Amino acid sequence: MIPEIGHFALILALCVSIIQGVLPLIGAQQGRREWLVLARPATQISFLLLAISFGVLAWCFYVNDFSVLYVAEHSNSQLPTVYRLGAVWGGHEGSLLLWIFLLTGWAFAVAQLSKTLDEFMVARVLGVLGLVATGLLLFVLGTSNPFERLIPAAQDGRSLNPLLQDPGLVFHPPMLYMGYVGFSVAFAFAIASLLSGRLDAAWARWSRPWTTTAWIFLTLGIALGSWWAYYELGWGGWWFWDPVENASFMPWLIGTALIHSLVVTEKRGGFKNWTVLLAIMAFSMSLLGTFLVRSGVLTSVHAFATDPRRGIFILLLLSLVVGSSLFLYALRAPKSTLGGKFSLLSRETLILLGNVFFVVAAGSVLLGTLYPLLIDALNLGKISVGPPYFNAVFVPIMVPVLFLMAVGPWASWKTTDLKTLLKRLWLAAVVAFVAAIIIPSLIGEFTILTALGFLLAFWVIASGVLQIIRQCKVGMPTRSFIGMQLGHMGIAVFVIGVTMVGAYQEEKDVRMAPGDTVTVGGYQIRLMGVGPAQGPNYQAMRGTFELMRNGKVQELMYPEKRNYDSSTMPMTEAAIDAGLTRDIYVSLGEPLEGNAWAVRVYYKPFVDWIWGGCLLMALGGLFAVLDKRYRLRVKK
Amino acid sequence: MKAKFIIPLLLFVVLVGFLAVGLSRDPREVPSPLINKPAPAFKVPQLADPNKSFSPEDLKGQVWVLNVWASWCVACREEHPMLVELGKSQVAPLIGLDYKDKRADAMEMLARQGNPYNLSAMDNDGRVGINYGVYGVPETYVIDKAGIIRFKQIGPITKDVLDKSIYPIIAQLNKA
Repeated sequence: MIPEIGHFALILALCVSIIQGVLPLIGAQQGRREWLVLARPATQISFLLLAISFGVLAWCFYVNDFSVLYVAEHSNSQLPTVYRLGAVWGGHEGSLLLWIFLLTGWAFAVAQLSKTLDEFMVARVLGVLGLVATGLLLFVLGTSNPFERLIPAAQDGRSLNPLLQDPGLVFHPPMLYMGYVGFSVAFAFAIASLLSGRLDAAWARWSRPWTTTAWIFLTLGIALGSWWAYYELGWGGWWFWDPVENASFMPWLIGTALIHSLVVTEKRGGFKNWTVLLAIMAFSMSLLGTFLVRSGVLTSVHAFATDPRRGIFILLLLSLVVGSSLFLYALRAPKSTLGGKFSLLSRETLILLGNVFFVVAAGSVLLGTLYPLLIDALNLGKISVGPPYFNAVFVPIMVPVLFLMAVGPWASWKTTDLKTLLKRLWLAAVVAFVAAIIIPSLIGEFTILTALGFLLAFWVIASGVLQIIRQCKVGMPTRSFIGMQLGHMGIAVFVIGVTMVGAYQEEKDVRMAPGDTVTVGGYQIRLMGVGPAQGPNYQAMRGTFELMRNGKVQELMYPEKRNYDSSTMPMTEAAIDAGLTRDIYVSLGEPLEGNAWAVRVYYKPFVDWIWGGCLLMALGGLFAVLDKRYRLRVKK
Repeated sequence: MKAKFIIPLLLFVVLVGFLAVGLSRDPREVPSPLINKPAPAFKVPQLADPNKSFSPEDLKGQVWVLNVWASWCVACREEHPMLVELGKSQVAPLIGLDYKDKRADAMEMLARQGNPYNLSAMDNDGRVGINYGVYGVPETYVIDKAGIIRFKQIGPITKDVLDKSIYPIIAQLNKA
């Protein structure tokens, strides 16, 4: 009975979403107040209904209701409770429900926090969000109902893929989806302003905090996914250019361009068309990502259900949403006015240039991701595109972005002269060059690529430090300023991590018997022994290793080889000793003859800086959102 | 409507066109880059007797078939009758590569379903699989006398594949 309540709530939500998507939009267009005011209550009700529906599904997992097909397929009575809750979004149907739940959540937040906004604008924004929700609800109810019954009920469930039984995976999808779905708000604001024909600075001002918030979640979601892949997949890598990773990275690139472009639109009234287009593109990328993951057109480690009906439905939805938005854009964009004039060398130009690089980067990732599909569609054969393409194309595009990042904040709006820029930046350049030459030579082998990494990272850091000093002399820096600095420093920290790991990591694949020692990166690792261990729903062989430096034991490490009861695929659980300047990573391979084991050991210098950089970026975003200007607006 | 503002829409229409065609294709049918390349060397324990090892070197001078399988693989059960037929035909040695499996499970499955293989090698940690570019289990390779991979089947062997590809290729390679 309870699952039917969830199903029923979804059907009701569809009805409410149709009202939310149709009446306020017409009302706003025709000036009918009585239709327009429906937007807020409809949004609140649909959020409530989705919350009920999502809660019901979570409940079914909590009480192990295996008469629900989705629960039987993704859970198991032996599964620990926290993973049972994570399993709610562990499969196709549930993750789509989460998607819509978050969408209505964002809409609800807009409805609550937009008291000072013009009523027509609110009605249009909520209306657009209602239409998107309608499309997705039709998709779920039509092709992917999570509440479908299994009669007779299963004795026990099939359990969640052991790879997904991990705390990182409990939080990764909600974070990522918050980001994906959050761009729908920026999208809705853009469409609303196109509809009203009022593409102005006010629109940019409203949508900025929303866009930045979505960007924060996306940044954290991607970082969490990367971190999970690093410690759970047992390959020791942190980014694989897998189609699904790319699907989350493209909206991030466009979103990053968008938050910068919005600044220009808000402050200078410029780039209006460009900003609107970016807002449409960011959400389109999110939808495209959903399409790529859900339709099975591309192979990926994330391979989800591949029901062709689903693919066609999402493609239809994608075409409708994006196609109609771009059509509207083609109709309305030519009417917008130009913003303030600016000269060839100005902050506007630098931001625009950076933006172009971001879009090109997203485009090249899109091309690499879809290339196998394009070639196949043209009957030219089957190919796969791997990391070599992405590294070769992506890195050169990011070099100028990093260069510009340190210059942009020094430039004034409208116009800047080259002399002033040079005067302010020469010191940063000196620091960067010195760091680029000295650091690699000190650590070990000097290569051009390592030097380039340090050059760019220290260029950004030194420029940032100079900006902070200058700002503090003038007065208390605003939160926006702090946010920008944190964001840019985050990138520099990230680049240092990537450079260090890329150049100086050590990897050893060895056969070890108890008592054997292997040395990596100045550490000795000794195998003490391997013995059985018992987990809640798995049995494991657990190795005990001593991590030693100069003969002194610093840490004990316990990598495991797990056999989950529900799955025959053995899982490798690496042991990682994390540190600020290096990770030591030990993973247990296979038992060999005697009582020896195959063991893989990595020394990964500064690898945690990669995720630390992402955290800094997200923190920067948080500061920007909390800037006083927006706080005032919310409080009124 | 100014022309330049329609460009994004046109680009998107092209993209949708490609995606629509892409939906009807199977991305898993990727030809192996290893076709016409030497079969990667390896030396791993045999399943039946881990004290003995197997290496592709052992079969130099013969045309042989390598079939990647595992006890946990459902599709392998589907292709099992084809393997039995291939094994009985004795046109070429059939070697199994037991991929990421537990020895006991694998032995039990062979005992229950019948063992079509001349012998099976154990690839417990999947490293041999990585070298062979295994996308998923099952996969089947035909390797010639010089140790060159001449054919690869991703996914289960069907009657069709056996009659139209594997047998003719083996016959042709045996003549060479």
